[in-house]
Amino acid sequence: MKNKRLFEGIIHGIFLVFGLITVGFVLLITVYLVISGIPAIREIGLIKFMFGKTWASTAAEPRYGILPFILTSVYGTAGAILIGVPVGFLTAVYLAKLASPKVKAVMESAVSLLAGIPSVVYGLVGMLVLVPSIRKIFNIPDGASLLAAIIVLAVMILPSVIKVSVTALEAVPKEYEDASLALGATPVETYFRVSVPAAKSGIAAAVALGIGRGIGEAMAVMMVSGNAPNMPSLFQSVCFLTTAVASEMSYSSGLQQQALFSIALVLFLFIMLINAALNFFLKRDKEK
Amino acid sequence: MKKIVTLMLAAALAVSVFAGCKSTDGGKDSGGSSAEVSGTVATDGSTSMEKVIGALGEAFENDNGGVTFTYNPTGSGSGIKAVAEGRCDIGLSSRELKDEEKSQGLTSTVLAYDGIAIIVNPENTVSDLDIETIAGIYTGEITNWKEVGGKDAEIVLIGREAGSGTRDGFESITGTEDACKYRQELSSTGDVITTVAGNPDAIGYASLASVKDSVKAVKVGGVTPTEKTIKDGSYVVQRPFVLVTKTDAKLSSAAQKFFDYATSEDAKEIIYGAGVVPAD
Repeated sequence: MKNKRLFEGIIHGIFLVFGLITVGFVLLITVYLVISGIPAIREIGLIKFMFGKTWASTAAEPRYGILPFILTSVYGTAGAILIGVPVGFLTAVYLAKLASPKVKAVMESAVSLLAGIPSVVYGLVGMLVLVPSIRKIFNIPDGASLLAAIIVLAVMILPSVIKVSVTALEAVPKEYEDASLALGATPVETYFRVSVPAAKSGIAAAVALGIGRGIGEAMAVMMVSGNAPNMPSLFQSVCFLTTAVASEMSYSSGLQQQALFSIALVLFLFIMLINAALNFFLKRDKEK
Repeated sequence: MKKIVTLMLAAALAVSVFAGCKSTDGGKDSGGSSAEVSGTVATDGSTSMEKVIGALGEAFENDNGGVTFTYNPTGSGSGIKAVAEGRCDIGLSSRELKDEEKSQGLTSTVLAYDGIAIIVNPENTVSDLDIETIAGIYTGEITNWKEVGGKDAEIVLIGREAGSGTRDGFESITGTEDACKYRQELSSTGDVITTVAGNPDAIGYASLASVKDSVKAVKVGGVTPTEKTIKDGSYVVQRPFVLVTKTDAKLSSAAQKFFDYATSEDAKEIIYGAGVVPAD
């Protein structure tokens, strides 16, 4: 009896240790980012850093303004949401409510496959197919632009938007829909007037997840956006918060490197905000 | 916080113990043929030379177990200063020494030449530009290919990211520091070549060693970039990678051995591997 309890205790301890590993890493990364991100902001000045319009980190008189990166990240993600969410949402309604089981099985595995494609592959296809096409279609000198990044991001967020929305729609109690149908509503009316409103916090969570995925993506957008630190404009080459860090880190030194850590800190705060929003939606869903 | 620091220090110590084991083992292996040397070789200077000096240093450490090789990437100017003040064994400079630096009692030995090819799309009819024109294109004074004898199309400037050695080299040779109006700033030579290969109106730069058939390297002032024209100096978009030493002071035995190794025939392959042309 005593042995058994001891054994239980040990197992309990082991689980606790493994659980704490994750927590430990989150703490370590947070502390490290804050410690290494603050000095450059102090030296440059918060206002100058966050709202400066020029980034010239290796110039003779270096300037570290990250407003172009912040706006590019915001616009790029917003654009991706604008395209990706309607497509993903309607796909989810179709999959959850309308599709025949066979079609559903095929489409769902396609969505899973899309989720599993590494971001560098998205970037590669974007670089070799999308960028030259944009150049030809819009007749501009170079296709690497905010638009290319938005399109790539829109495709990349599709799987998360679809999967979470489908789960939310499928969780709507069948009685709601039956009641609506019994009252004489057509199936499509039922899905959009009853099922979707009932699943709305789940769908909001899907959008938040998509935003998080979009704003944190580095590799794919780095390969299609050109990376020049311009203020964002649809057909201009732009640089995201993520790509600014990724492209300059390897050779950076001194204040330039510290400023890159500060960019990472800003990005981290953005992601934290989005996660908080996500938790808020999910929690509200549960309480209901 | 204190605990984390302690843990990290402990980890660092543990790693250094392993590192110590490894290097003594290596020393026993290679100690047979050549005279054993130990100590440190400290180098300091050009950030552009990171790749070539890193590769040489690593190979040298592998062959000579007891030697620790260090490289401090501070920039050519501070590297030259460091060796003059005796703060390092060998200074690294990606430009030839100025006369006043030589008169301070410093000697330069060219380790390699960094040749930078100016590349365009193979469809582009332009095949010869002079260095002023290249500077004009990159600073935005010349924006259309027809101004330099090509077709009527806007020039798309492809460059490297801030901090890249190739960018630093290109901008310092053409005198366009901080003035380039890049359309794209890419983070690897391969990306630059792929992008130029995919856009008929693009121009870019890349170290000569990595240029492939998918792009066309233009002549600069009538000279085709080759190993030969880089070595004899007739191809101008190039710069020397220089080892700087004190003229009258003797190097430590470890530093002397590294110096001999870096300028030997054996090192040439490693230097080629780092994308630059070894000096004779």
